[in-house]
Amino acid sequence: MPEKLKLNSIPMNKQPPEVRRRNPYEVAQGYTYEQAVEEAKRCIQCKKPACIQGCPVDIDIPSFVKALAEGDLPQAAKIIYGTNTLPAICGRVCPQETQCQENCTLGKKGDPVFIGRLERFVADWARENPEESGIFKIALPKPTGKKVAIIGSGPAGLTCASDLAKAGHKVVIYEALHLAGGVAVYGIPEFRLPKKIVQAEIDYLVNVLGVELKRNQVVGRSATLDELLADGYHSIFLGIGAGAPMFLNIPGENSNMVYSANEFLVRLNLMKAYLFPAYDTPVKVGKRVAVVGAGNVAMDAARWAVRMGADEVYIVYRRTEAEMPARIEEVENAREEGVIFKVLTLPVRVIPSAHGSVEAIECVQMELGEPDESGRRRPIVKPGSEFCMEIDTLIPALGTQPNPLVPRQTPDLKTTSRGTVVADEKGKTTKEKVWAGGDIVTGAATVISAMGAGRRAATDIDARLKNHS
Amino acid sequence: MNRILVKKELAPKIKLIEFENRDIASKAKPGQFVVIQMGEKGERFPLTISGIDPGKGMVRVIFNEVGKSSKRLGALAEGEEIGNVAGPLGNPAEIEKFGTVLCFGGGVMTGPMAYEAAAFKKAGNRVITVIGARNKELLILKDEMNALSDKLYVSTDDGSEGYKGLDFLRDILEGEKVDRVIGMSVATATLRTLCELTRPYGVKTIVSLTPIMLDGTGMCGVCRVVVGGQTKFACVDGPEFDGHLVDWDLLESRKRVYSHEERVSTLLDEQVGKDCASRFQQTRK
Repeated sequence: MPEKLKLNSIPMNKQPPEVRRRNPYEVAQGYTYEQAVEEAKRCIQCKKPACIQGCPVDIDIPSFVKALAEGDLPQAAKIIYGTNTLPAICGRVCPQETQCQENCTLGKKGDPVFIGRLERFVADWARENPEESGIFKIALPKPTGKKVAIIGSGPAGLTCASDLAKAGHKVVIYEALHLAGGVAVYGIPEFRLPKKIVQAEIDYLVNVLGVELKRNQVVGRSATLDELLADGYHSIFLGIGAGAPMFLNIPGENSNMVYSANEFLVRLNLMKAYLFPAYDTPVKVGKRVAVVGAGNVAMDAARWAVRMGADEVYIVYRRTEAEMPARIEEVENAREEGVIFKVLTLPVRVIPSAHGSVEAIECVQMELGEPDESGRRRPIVKPGSEFCMEIDTLIPALGTQPNPLVPRQTPDLKTTSRGTVVADEKGKTTKEKVWAGGDIVTGAATVISAMGAGRRAATDIDARLKNHS
Repeated sequence: MNRILVKKELAPKIKLIEFENRDIASKAKPGQFVVIQMGEKGERFPLTISGIDPGKGMVRVIFNEVGKSSKRLGALAEGEEIGNVAGPLGNPAEIEKFGTVLCFGGGVMTGPMAYEAAAFKKAGNRVITVIGARNKELLILKDEMNALSDKLYVSTDDGSEGYKGLDFLRDILEGEKVDRVIGMSVATATLRTLCELTRPYGVKTIVSLTPIMLDGTGMCGVCRVVVGGQTKFACVDGPEFDGHLVDWDLLESRKRVYSHEERVSTLLDEQVGKDCASRFQQTRK
């Protein structure tokens, strides 16, 4: 070994909590060039890199990190863009601690190499230096003459679209909303993922890879899958996500100032209600806000509530902190920004005011019992533990379920009792010429797992299309 | 896309726009709606479709200029393009041969009601139509409705034309067998009154609800309504529901949430518009 192992990672600059809790800008500021190169130099270039196995889209991590360590940014960008066309998104929102960084050799003795931060740095550099980076001048293969429709422009659809376009197929994306990006544009907040970055990565698909994007197209209403197939598409990929919100199903939940987390986040992220009235869409946030749930979406909603000026923001969760599904980093960010965690607490009733707005929630205390089928200890209601929390805004963030629009219009597409689409490991559904991937198959999961599914489906679609030519 | 082909003023502040959108025109059915966004800073707002011409790729909407977005839509000229239009959304109306169908269209919703009533007529129903408005100046589409229906009644809130209020519907329901009632109005109180009038007669009464909407595709739940004790999303489960099962108090309360913000947005837009215009005139002098 040439030099001593560097066990400590280079920290990344963040906006201080007291500053960022009142602005919508990105919290994590990213590495400088010097910081990125220094962090990249920590990589020991393992012979059998475990990091690649942890990446659902198989980025050649050691090679791009090596290029970065040598200061060869164009080469680093070329390697990343070779397998991943959404690196600025991935570098920011992937849970690297359970993916590429989990098995990093350095992580056994100290900090793993912070691969996500390096990917982000290279992607940001490439976007800001289009001439030098060369990523905008890639040669596409001769068109195959095959057409593929991608339904949904979230992470799964975008990845699938990008791989198929690179394979020479004509790709058309159908998006229901007026902007593409799916959860990256309506779900994940500006302060974690700036929307202009999402837009730039989508522009790359359209302008460089030649993907056609049709917005305002609600497949299931505007066209059925059979109509698209009859229209000349050789294959369809369904990446429509799990976008339908779940509520607590407790009395009073339809009171005013009860938002699904989806509604709250769509208003803020997609419609930019934080800029009302410069933007037309309003959002109302009270002084005492309770967000129910403890996933990443709950943290996002709570942190937006802080930024919108709420005095007290609570995360109300029926288990303990150990069981929280959110990334640890996001829980810490939320806590630093003043979010108050009320664990082992379950709302059972919304108490509305005379005007029909939330005035309080009645909650019960929980305790943890035996582990359930998910392996987490099951929360049980403590008898006689009812109490009231005075709040004026309630945001259930309990996860989402698949939107039934497309399955309802497609009777020969097999779905499970949970409404997810049945697909094999390559994404092939029970319907001929139709693949699916991402949350519509797995239920609500991560951006990167959706991207992995989009890639596997693209590989299979490409193989079948080429065999039939 | 979405180029305005025809624009007309039907009554003070009530406008009709026909725009070109082949995808929507080839698919839309009575009862469905579109979601419109005026410019990238605009809000998304729903309008029920008032008619289509698939051959011309034409979609018709009729709306009231009440707030910022609808005023901006109304300010567009023929030949200009509306920003984003998504649709058709919502479930189509249940159009069957029921026998005698009483179609009530109030205010701007007389537009989509005319579209739906024509479909009922085509399906072989005897169609009685009632058009309503606050006063006679605001009555729209009287001739069109008259042409397609077997019998037409007019109702105004102030009695300036036709019957005053909706109480006369009792006489119709007493006088003949009505098999179904359809009600459309953005005034929730009017629809509620209609449902209370028909309830004692046991006539199935379908109403098109107009809660606040955001995406219109079922992903947010802002349009949730309670029907028969069940929470439903009007954008994907409706917008038409059995009016005798609707929780009207809840709907009325939920529709008021942003009334303050809507006023701010509209007033600000008008004021800024005026300021710009006057500054422009000053610089011209």
